[in-house]
Amino acid sequence: MTDISPDTGTGNRFDWTAPAYRERVRKRRRGETWLRIAGLVSISLAIGFLLLMLVSLATTGYKAFTQTHVTLAVKLDPEQIRSDNIAGSNWRQIMQATLAEMFPDLDTAGLREVRGILSDGAQFMVRDRVVADPSLIGTTLNITVPVSDPFDQLNKGGIDRNTPEANRRLNDAQIAAFDKLVEQGLISTPFNWALFRNADSRFPELAGLKGAFIGSIYLLLVCFAIALPVGIGAAIYLEEFAPKNRFSDLIEININNLAAVPSVVFGLLALAVFLNYFGLMRGSPLVGGLTLALMSLPTIIIATRASLKAVPPSIREAALGIGASRQQVVFHHVLPLAMPGIMTGTIIAMAQAIGETAPLLLIGMNAFITAAPSTPFESATTLPTQIFIWADSPERGFVSRTSAAILVLLAILVMLNGAAIWLRRRFERRW
Amino acid sequence: MTSLAFLILFAAVIVGYLLNRQAAAQIRAGGIRLHSLDGFHGLYSALLIGLPGLIVILAWLMFQGPIVDRSVMASLPPGVLDGLDAGAVALTLTEIKSIARGQVFGTPAEWKVAAAELLKARNASASMALVVVVALMSVALLVFARSRVSAEFRARHGAERIIFGLMIFCSTVAIFTTIGIVLSLVFESIKFFRMVPITEFLFGTRWEPQIAIRADQVAGQGAFGMIPVLLGSVVIMMIALVVAVPIGLFSAIYLNEFASPRTRNIVKPVLEVLAGVPTIVYGFFAILVIAPFLRSTAASAGFEISPNTALAAGICMAIMLIPFISSFTDDALSAVPRSLSDGSLALGATRGETMLKVLFPAAIPGIVGGILLAVSRAIGETMIVVMAAGIIAKLTINPLDTVTTVTVQIVTLLIGDTEFNNPKTLAAFALGMLLFVVTLCINILAIRIVRKYRELYD
Repeated sequence: MTDISPDTGTGNRFDWTAPAYRERVRKRRRGETWLRIAGLVSISLAIGFLLLMLVSLATTGYKAFTQTHVTLAVKLDPEQIRSDNIAGSNWRQIMQATLAEMFPDLDTAGLREVRGILSDGAQFMVRDRVVADPSLIGTTLNITVPVSDPFDQLNKGGIDRNTPEANRRLNDAQIAAFDKLVEQGLISTPFNWALFRNADSRFPELAGLKGAFIGSIYLLLVCFAIALPVGIGAAIYLEEFAPKNRFSDLIEININNLAAVPSVVFGLLALAVFLNYFGLMRGSPLVGGLTLALMSLPTIIIATRASLKAVPPSIREAALGIGASRQQVVFHHVLPLAMPGIMTGTIIAMAQAIGETAPLLLIGMNAFITAAPSTPFESATTLPTQIFIWADSPERGFVSRTSAAILVLLAILVMLNGAAIWLRRRFERRW
Repeated sequence: MTSLAFLILFAAVIVGYLLNRQAAAQIRAGGIRLHSLDGFHGLYSALLIGLPGLIVILAWLMFQGPIVDRSVMASLPPGVLDGLDAGAVALTLTEIKSIARGQVFGTPAEWKVAAAELLKARNASASMALVVVVALMSVALLVFARSRVSAEFRARHGAERIIFGLMIFCSTVAIFTTIGIVLSLVFESIKFFRMVPITEFLFGTRWEPQIAIRADQVAGQGAFGMIPVLLGSVVIMMIALVVAVPIGLFSAIYLNEFASPRTRNIVKPVLEVLAGVPTIVYGFFAILVIAPFLRSTAASAGFEISPNTALAAGICMAIMLIPFISSFTDDALSAVPRSLSDGSLALGATRGETMLKVLFPAAIPGIVGGILLAVSRAIGETMIVVMAAGIIAKLTINPLDTVTTVTVQIVTLLIGDTEFNNPKTLAAFALGMLLFVVTLCINILAIRIVRKYRELYD
């Protein structure tokens, strides 16, 4: 641009049509186009990553929402069931007898191969039915039970029949037996309710999210019950009452720094203080909730301060003018008006808390627990730590279950964020 | 028992509120003007009863267990704990506790059963004492609060003073948290540095924390040099930045300058979705898709890479950082005064030239601040690397090799084993200290830069 000669008015005007100039303009335009292309490529890469992630999770996860079941006709022979202690009868043997009846042409060795079709939980499902209704003894119980993970994989196409037998998790005899069951129409693939009704299990076909779900809810309740009042109290003080002095500055600096401290450091704090010093229950939602409350405090304080700030001063002045005390002004007028904004910020903080994993690993919320917690004071897992446990498990069935658990977690996050957006749209006031 | 204490306290609070409010109303009915509204008299009583009671119950809950445990352990017959180290003593206590809960395995020694009985008895009497203390205190405060109701009593001032104190307490929680973090890290680190010299930790080039926990165990000597671990964090952080910074910058430039408002309204929320995904999901994505993809790509190119390659973790971390960097850049670009870009456009510069030669240089400090924050995030990020990176520390900067990071080591050292008397677990706190200091310095620097830059244009 510097070599554009000034128009001196002597007729020596700049030649806008000269090829050299055109070339320069074209070059400048080209630069512009490249910048646009780079931007578009970057954005599509980012969105592409997101789509790839969702698609890969969905394609591996959808299989876990169904579970292969087999329908059995269990003969409940009164001689095999101890009438004094129904639950203590040899249910394993009863199940084996049932299988032997289904495959009459197999010898003992062949039956041993086939035994693995049933899930380890199948005998307990039969047991529980009979314990609940002892009048079933002596009849034949038609019951649908889950098959074990390898056969579930086979049914869903996870095991390639063309691989050599030695490299396959199921041998030819087992596949043949399964195919026979399919032919007889005994195999079905209903919705996998176990994923939501059961707690964790070593066996993928029995493992579910109930324990993790309840653990997460307890944890969020504790976190919410502590972080919200403390956060609102702190924000009101800082925004409405705090004098401009060193102490207030110190608090603000602390809050800003806490927001940027890596989450795993909060885990170390919880381990050293809550578990080691106070001796609280290891792995309990109480400790997890306390830890995450400290972590979400900055988010809630910042959101609350922003929405308090958004309430116009005229409201405060009007209230003060008719004789309200400063606290009455805040609690009767400013806080109610700021509440939608505060709740939005709180929901977003809770959405962050529900996905937080690292500090929970340090306080032992990744234990293997097969029962849902009944109080916040006993060891439990949460959704993200359950995902971590499953992702670490070697069984094939846990891969799809991990993806499914992630899909459930993402669905909860979408709902929480949706609620926050709805709150904002519904109640937000512009002054 | 605790719930009974809570119940008593709750009832006392309600009774106190109603009693005082009614007393004030009675005075008012007698035609006398009160200083405060009836409700404030009630509120004063409720706060006066509720707060001390709550503090007592919470403190009791926190300290009853440890104190009773200690007293029981002190009353054990002399000699039974001789020659046991801290771990074995803790194990004995756990055994006594489980006997007290009724979970008896085998036939425990007689003194353990006796100790369990004692533990049960002391816990029961402590809970009883809690209920009695709370009840007595509530009644005393109830009577006291009721006695103060009078026309002149400034109940509103009293109540507001208590609420004000509460709010100050709430805002100091942040300070206490910081103090708690620093103290717990410092104390455990000091314990660690008593066992391992600080110079070895800071300058050692070998990280092999697999030491023997029991005397008869076969394991290495253990080496605690943090250099390879920190280097691993830096390698993964660099990979993430190399991928994320250009993508983040260019998307922000496009969104800020070229995109139509409609595109902007669609793309920005989508990027925010990327920021809201929990990091454990990225970690699983790394082992589910990215690592196998990299491995098969490398295999088809004819060489083998480690299954826990730093590249996979780095790429996943980059995806996590893209929205972070792009939103920071977008904010920085938007903060540049309109007059600068208007001036540039008026001189005949194209939009691209305005962006690259005017807006971008003006926004550089803000962008650098954002990138620094991204660096501190990448170093502190835990779940992605725990799932996708390795656990063996190697002194390498090869992105295809397996590396470990500070956060991975903290988690692996502390999962499952929390005896606080061996260097293996304490090393995690020293690493935590390192992590805390490094991220804090970067954050302070970043905030400084951003603030200074904001002042430039405000």
